[in-house]
Amino acid sequence: MANTTLDAGVTMERINQREKLFNRICAGVLIAFALLWLIPLLWAVDTAIKPNAETTRTTWLIDNPTLDAFTRTLRDTDMWSWYGASFIISSLAALGTVLVASMAAFALSRMRFRYKNVVFWAILAGIMIPGQVLIVPWFREFDALRLLNTYWAVILPQLPAAIAVFIFKQFFDGLPRDLEEAARMDGASFFRVYRRIVLPLARPAVAAVAIFTFVTTWNDLLWPLLVLSNPDLMTVPVGLATVQGAFGIRYADTMASAILGAIPLVAVFLLFQRQIVQGIAGSGLKG
Amino acid sequence: MSTQTPVQTDSDAGRGIAPTAPRPSAARGQGRPAAAFLTPFVVLYLLFIIGPALYGLVLSFTDASLVKPGLNGGAGFGNYAEALGSSDFWSSLWHTLWFTILTTPPLVILGFLLALLANRVARGRWFFRLAFFAPYILPSAVVALIWMWLYTPALGLLDTTLAKVGMTAPSWLGDAAWAMPSLAITTVWWTLGFNFILYLAGLQEIPRDLYEAAAMDGAGPWQQIRSITIPMLGRTTTLVAVLQVIASLKVFDQMYLMTSGGPNFATRSILQLVYDEGFTNYRVGYAAAVSMLFFLVVLAVSAVWFTLVRRQEKVV
Repeated sequence: MANTTLDAGVTMERINQREKLFNRICAGVLIAFALLWLIPLLWAVDTAIKPNAETTRTTWLIDNPTLDAFTRTLRDTDMWSWYGASFIISSLAALGTVLVASMAAFALSRMRFRYKNVVFWAILAGIMIPGQVLIVPWFREFDALRLLNTYWAVILPQLPAAIAVFIFKQFFDGLPRDLEEAARMDGASFFRVYRRIVLPLARPAVAAVAIFTFVTTWNDLLWPLLVLSNPDLMTVPVGLATVQGAFGIRYADTMASAILGAIPLVAVFLLFQRQIVQGIAGSGLKG
Repeated sequence: MSTQTPVQTDSDAGRGIAPTAPRPSAARGQGRPAAAFLTPFVVLYLLFIIGPALYGLVLSFTDASLVKPGLNGGAGFGNYAEALGSSDFWSSLWHTLWFTILTTPPLVILGFLLALLANRVARGRWFFRLAFFAPYILPSAVVALIWMWLYTPALGLLDTTLAKVGMTAPSWLGDAAWAMPSLAITTVWWTLGFNFILYLAGLQEIPRDLYEAAAMDGAGPWQQIRSITIPMLGRTTTLVAVLQVIASLKVFDQMYLMTSGGPNFATRSILQLVYDEGFTNYRVGYAAAVSMLFFLVVLAVSAVWFTLVRRQEKVV
């Protein structure tokens, strides 16, 4: 009996050692890949802080690092105006999407009415329709509405996001109902329950939908490219796309413009890393 | 999600006025607040999704033009016949599929492998998340600028690095055979983090004691992966693969920004064909028809997904 325990102990020890070695190899491979993934970003930063004339010398070390490329890019492009447009459009899209989708989901989750299932499935079917296949009719529609070259042309098609309704409904369905039922007994209106009880409890879902709508709207290229031809209204991606050829061989300036274009979203990422990761993990959102 | 409500309803009805739920009295009156809560979304949904989808369908049967108002006369199935008989349509459909074939396997497999590795490493997970996921959040225009610099003939980091080890680099974006693989490499770098996160989440849901039991039975790490991890991640893999295929089919930005569909149209995707026909050649009717055909392809992929998920749910 003592013998078998000893045996088991030795086996466990061996397994543990094998496991440790295996884990170490895993870590090594993983670090190699992570560094490989960081190289393009680091090289972009490295290029941007070289003087333009020295960017073709392919050394990582820089004798005379400079931020000139950044000041030049900020001066010569409309970067500040692109930031402003992107910020207004993405914020309004995020706010609007959260509002209309959470309200619709609240009705679908908490109220009883006729054709509820029909409404739910009709909305769910919208997930199947990618915005990209609608660009032709959208363009004609916004032309007819006289809204081409306005922020509304970019914001409005983003708002009815079926996937957001689905996410909110799933979240609301999982919330305990005692509190709101007590509030309803006390005569609170549905709007009050939604505003004061359900929405505050649903903060993780609100954060996920808001951040995702913000990021996807910020990064969208095809549709804003079609409707924002006025340079004063261009978003960051559209602006970068239109000036990308203008830098020629001034590689430091090109990389500076790329980094400046990336900074706001890198900040969003660093601030909301947890919500973003949980949002993806929980629902599998993809643009 | 639908299992709870009916049970409650029955008991409410049976007891008359239930102390816990105000439902019976309110039940009849909920149509009005429901309509109020649903209206903003439904109006926007009809105006900007359903309406345009139907309008696009109508346009696809007309000779509508971007520079003329109105529908400009019916075309019957003319646009569809033209698309299906046009080499431009088939070649851009093929380019889109080729891009999907080049990107989906590495994005799914690499996403899985790296998540698997990260799941075994106890420390510094934030660093790996940062390295793999940070590119995903960048706008396509930023990614394109960085990678066009990396791909720059003779001067770019790739060419100079390969030259140092004595290899000649291909003309990445300039060679018709290499342009699509180059765009695929950029895309794998850009979007891998998304699949990485999905897989990492899937891995964390596998109960630890399964592995412990297997280890007690003498199963090594490799055996554990094969007999526990991979089968347990079946649903995650279906989700990742289908989302990936759909995202790859919708490719536009990379080509538009990095190759303009070239060299010699070798990388023109189906969405760029829509863009070119609709907004450069002003052929709205024809572009709408190509959009509809593309939509059918995406729908077919989604349908395959639904069947797969159904089957998996039956098994599990």
